[in-house]
Amino acid sequence: MPLTPILTAHWDDEDSHTLTGYRRHGGYDMVAVTLNSNPDDVINLVKESGLRGRGGAGFPTGMKWSFVPQNDGKPHYLVVNADESEPGACKDIPLMMANPHALIEGCILASYAIRANHAFIYIRGEVPHVIRRVAAAAREAYSAGLLGKNIQGSGFDLDLVVHAGAGAYICGEETALLDSLEGRRGQPRLKPPFPAVAGLYASPTVINNVETIANIPTIVRNGADWFKQFGTEKSPGFKLFAVSGHVERPGIYEAPLGTTMRELLDYAGGVRKGHELKFWIPGGSSVPMLMPEHLDTPLTYEDMGALGTMLGTGTPMVFDETTSVVRAISRWIHFYKHESCGKCTPCREGTFWLDQILERFENGTAAETDIEKVDEICKQIAGRSFCALGDAASTPYAPALRYFREEFLAGTHTPANQLFDPVASTVFTGAMA
Amino acid sequence: MTVTTPGAGTPATQPLDGINVSVDGIEVNVPKGTLVIRVAEQLGVAVPRFCDHPLLDPVAACRMCLVEIEGQPKPQPACAITVTEGMKVRTQLTSEIADQAQKGVMEFLLINHPLDCPICDKGGECPLQNQAMANGRGETRFDGVKRTFPKPINVSAQILLDRERCVSCARCTRFAEQIAGDPFIDLLERGAKQQVGIGDDTPFDSYFSGNTIQICPVGALTSAKYRFRSRPFDLVSTPTICEHCASGCSLRTDVRRSTVLRRQAWDNPDVNEEWNCDKGRFAFGYQADGRIEHPLVRDESGELVAASWPEAIAIAAEGLKAAGSRSAVFTGGRLTVEDAYSYAKFARVVLGTDNIDFRSRTATAEEADFLAAHVAGRFDGPSYADLEAAPVVLLVDFEPEDESPIVFLRLRKASRHGVRVASIAPFASSGLTKLKGSLISAGPGQQPALIASLTDNVAASDSAQTATLLREQGSVILVGERAAQTPGTLAAVADLARTTGAKLAWIPRRAGERGALDAGALPGLLPGGRPLDNDQARVQVAGEWGIEIDQLPPVGLSLTEVVSTVHADNSALASAADPTKVERSITALLIAGVEAGDLEDPASFLMAVDSVPFVVSLEQRHSDVTQRADVVLPVAAAAEKAGAFTNWEGRTQTFGQVLRDALTMSDSRVLAMIATVAGSQFGRGDIAEIRSEFRRIGPWSGNHTHMSDVGSVDTIELSSGEALVSTWRPLLDRGVLQEGDPYLAATARPVEARLSRATADAVGATEFVVVSTDNGSIELPVTITQMPDGVIWLPTNSEGSSLRVELGIGQGSVVRLSGGAA
Repeated sequence: MPLTPILTAHWDDEDSHTLTGYRRHGGYDMVAVTLNSNPDDVINLVKESGLRGRGGAGFPTGMKWSFVPQNDGKPHYLVVNADESEPGACKDIPLMMANPHALIEGCILASYAIRANHAFIYIRGEVPHVIRRVAAAAREAYSAGLLGKNIQGSGFDLDLVVHAGAGAYICGEETALLDSLEGRRGQPRLKPPFPAVAGLYASPTVINNVETIANIPTIVRNGADWFKQFGTEKSPGFKLFAVSGHVERPGIYEAPLGTTMRELLDYAGGVRKGHELKFWIPGGSSVPMLMPEHLDTPLTYEDMGALGTMLGTGTPMVFDETTSVVRAISRWIHFYKHESCGKCTPCREGTFWLDQILERFENGTAAETDIEKVDEICKQIAGRSFCALGDAASTPYAPALRYFREEFLAGTHTPANQLFDPVASTVFTGAMA
Repeated sequence: MTVTTPGAGTPATQPLDGINVSVDGIEVNVPKGTLVIRVAEQLGVAVPRFCDHPLLDPVAACRMCLVEIEGQPKPQPACAITVTEGMKVRTQLTSEIADQAQKGVMEFLLINHPLDCPICDKGGECPLQNQAMANGRGETRFDGVKRTFPKPINVSAQILLDRERCVSCARCTRFAEQIAGDPFIDLLERGAKQQVGIGDDTPFDSYFSGNTIQICPVGALTSAKYRFRSRPFDLVSTPTICEHCASGCSLRTDVRRSTVLRRQAWDNPDVNEEWNCDKGRFAFGYQADGRIEHPLVRDESGELVAASWPEAIAIAAEGLKAAGSRSAVFTGGRLTVEDAYSYAKFARVVLGTDNIDFRSRTATAEEADFLAAHVAGRFDGPSYADLEAAPVVLLVDFEPEDESPIVFLRLRKASRHGVRVASIAPFASSGLTKLKGSLISAGPGQQPALIASLTDNVAASDSAQTATLLREQGSVILVGERAAQTPGTLAAVADLARTTGAKLAWIPRRAGERGALDAGALPGLLPGGRPLDNDQARVQVAGEWGIEIDQLPPVGLSLTEVVSTVHADNSALASAADPTKVERSITALLIAGVEAGDLEDPASFLMAVDSVPFVVSLEQRHSDVTQRADVVLPVAAAAEKAGAFTNWEGRTQTFGQVLRDALTMSDSRVLAMIATVAGSQFGRGDIAEIRSEFRRIGPWSGNHTHMSDVGSVDTIELSSGEALVSTWRPLLDRGVLQEGDPYLAATARPVEARLSRATADAVGATEFVVVSTDNGSIELPVTITQMPDGVIWLPTNSEGSSLRVELGIGQGSVVRLSGGAA
């Protein structure tokens, strides 16, 4: 399928991140009209478009919005999850850097639809440049009367807060994000009540991913039918595919859902010269790995699900034959152990244990029984933890073992760095010689 | 609840709005909103759990209680899932998935848990240990490095935390936040490093901190008092009732080798639920050390010397018999119902006097009137359950967190469910804030007028809502013993209750006061709240006591009146030309458990005790009174005898003898010995006999007395630099029953004086204030508080602030203020 630069269409403009640059291409044009229409029409439009959440789970956005109770006398909130922290995921941060106004326009339209007068953009704390850029864009929008009181004379008020997180992966989990936003320690909340009923400050709240919200202006501008012409029936629309790893031109490729990994690899110039594909991951470290034989499967929510993996954030990572699977899995497990919030037992203790054993595989000091033990520990975490972090931590091992059992066996006697030179898989590999 | 087995047909009765669920194939109908784990409990299925606690909000953190629910792809935490119609639950008993999930969680919980059970306080009564034995694997698969922490750390002087034992169930932190309202502990850090901790300068100084030790499902929290003292399986436990305040907590007292080592809150859903306060939990050291071990009598030189029981009893009997109706009995507020009854009967039957008073504190005739009319022998007042259902609970001169902590906890539970609390007090205390209560601000002396404005429904706007709510069905007024110190308050409260129809309860500080009142340890009151001057009452009591009606004495004197009578005797003697011709009105005192420093005028009382010719003291520990007594007879402490306490609700709860081989005798038994030697018909003084006798007399069913008019109250004009004193006793202070417990004392709140900004500025009190009277002066740090001007709040009996003894003052007294330097 061809690339479909829509969100990314003008990212190479010098001033793509400014109000002027955004307006030059029709940005904010639909705000005044929309704010004078019926908010339910916006919800119905988004429902009609079939837009699914781009944060990883793929939940239908319009349906999520329609869960918010109306005329309940409580304030409503829109919260944008910009805590992009998944290893391998890098799409929201470039979007916010290149075109923050698409996000802000999306906030205005979405807030109007769900009758929220306050919106929050929760950005991970490690990216101050992004925080500064989005905050600057918000200031521009305020000055232009696109935020604040009586937007464009519509009588609709919206205050937008750009909030910096403090650097915890768990705060990408929506209820932990809410706790963090309220000033508490970020740990997931017990559901029910669901955020749509009692979210931020115990009020109805919609939490959407950056890319999801940035999609809204395009749908409002062009209509649901236009949107549905991209992608598949169950996965309509286009996607920012952030291809990373051992490819010639890593980067963001905007293409319809249903594009295959083989096509994306072509766009990215293929696996780096002189190397061949070992395995790949469709979206973030939390989803199971795939092999070269899966390159022709369409990248959709449903087709990835059928393969036993997930589209996730739609940010494929490509690994060539220089990669030690053991080391890759060990790094990810270490990440999840470090980021486990500690609330529930399986994730807190399970990742602690897994990390120690994976380190042994990496050092070549594991026992053969450790191979099955790790598998059992993962099964003891999966589906039993409080939130999806535990599931994520328990996901990578089983497929890695299925495809690369011999590497784990080697981990019982030989350190991974003797089998796979760590330098060989780096970008700077030739430079070291 | 209706239980049926499949195929057994339709159950005969079904609650209308019940939910039908099945657990392990057993069908059951339960109320809407029931948690799956509670349904399992009702069916006798024990789903293992750590974070679940029925009195705390669910958190679903430990994941131990995972069960299979049909239609759900993943196992679900039974502690957090409410039942839905037709739900089919399968626990570890019938589901491989649930069983495997639980075993996995158990294995995880143990990987970082130290194997120090042999030295852990919890070993032997540990939910983790027990459930690991039941659900865990025999040998560990974990061969890595356990996470460790430096150990232990003090989260308060009393509470120690061994972090590596913690399983992060968050019971303690949820208790602190949800139940006590003292969120001084919280979870910190993340992942396996997650730990319970405190802020840098904010230790866990909650009055309820000890409960966290008890609900900790592992040995992470221990007390400085009990740590390493015993193993649970070496303890002999007895259900008891707390002897400290009038809340009436059920406790479990644990003994090892004839020493009380530990007390824990015991389940009593009607009273303390599963909680108690730190005083009730930790303050029992007074029973062990510093006790009077044998009888003492005065020898020829006037020294107290050891004597045998027969000798001491003989001297006591002779002296008391000689004094007869010219004696008086002061019982203190800490006696069991049975002992108080024995004193009440002893005074009337053996001594032939009605001079008996249980109130060892400021006590007025108005209060005696109020108690006779509205409290004694009446059991129609509010209960704990009523607090939860009340539209409003009005507190008058009553600080529940300090004076009756379990009332505070129940009010807090009520306020979390929307019950409104209002308090007539000089300032919004931390307790009132935690109850989300509204303050009806009153300096000393202003209470009667404020209460009257509620009665007349003309209250100022901020309390108008309280006045309105009080008129709704089920509202409650709780009045503290401090109300007696402001003339007119109790009369106004009685009026308010009558006018609004609100239920009224009087909540004294001490555990024995309500029981002593019902037992008849007050002038003019016979057991069961019977008026002494009522013929029918006299017939009933005299009949049970085996005496003639006219042998019952006329209405006698209160403690205050006895003391002034003694001083009048002294004056008459001093001024008489021929002292031998002057007859004293009071020639003997029988005193039990009275701490002079608690009385309105300690010096005057002790002078009176000095001048009365014959004094018998029944005591546990040496005191100002024992030093002045002619005969001192040691008596049993709470743990050494069986008995009962009547709490503020009028609920009488019995307890057994904890130290079963104690050689000490109860007050009742000692009184019976004196009576026998004195040749009186009294009884053996054993508990069964007293209980059945008291039960036969029963509560009074005739008319209660009415309060007499109080008359108008003088207002006090303050001069410059003067202030009115408002005071009560914080829960933890210098009380005698807290002696010997340094860790507990270290968690007491700081001793401070509270003043309004204007009052402090007027006398130049910036950081410290000097409070003086003609008796002396004290200097305390100042906490500026929003409260009426010209009022100073001081703790009654704390370190450096012993108002009665050092300044000779109490509630409503006038003091001089000046700026302090320290």
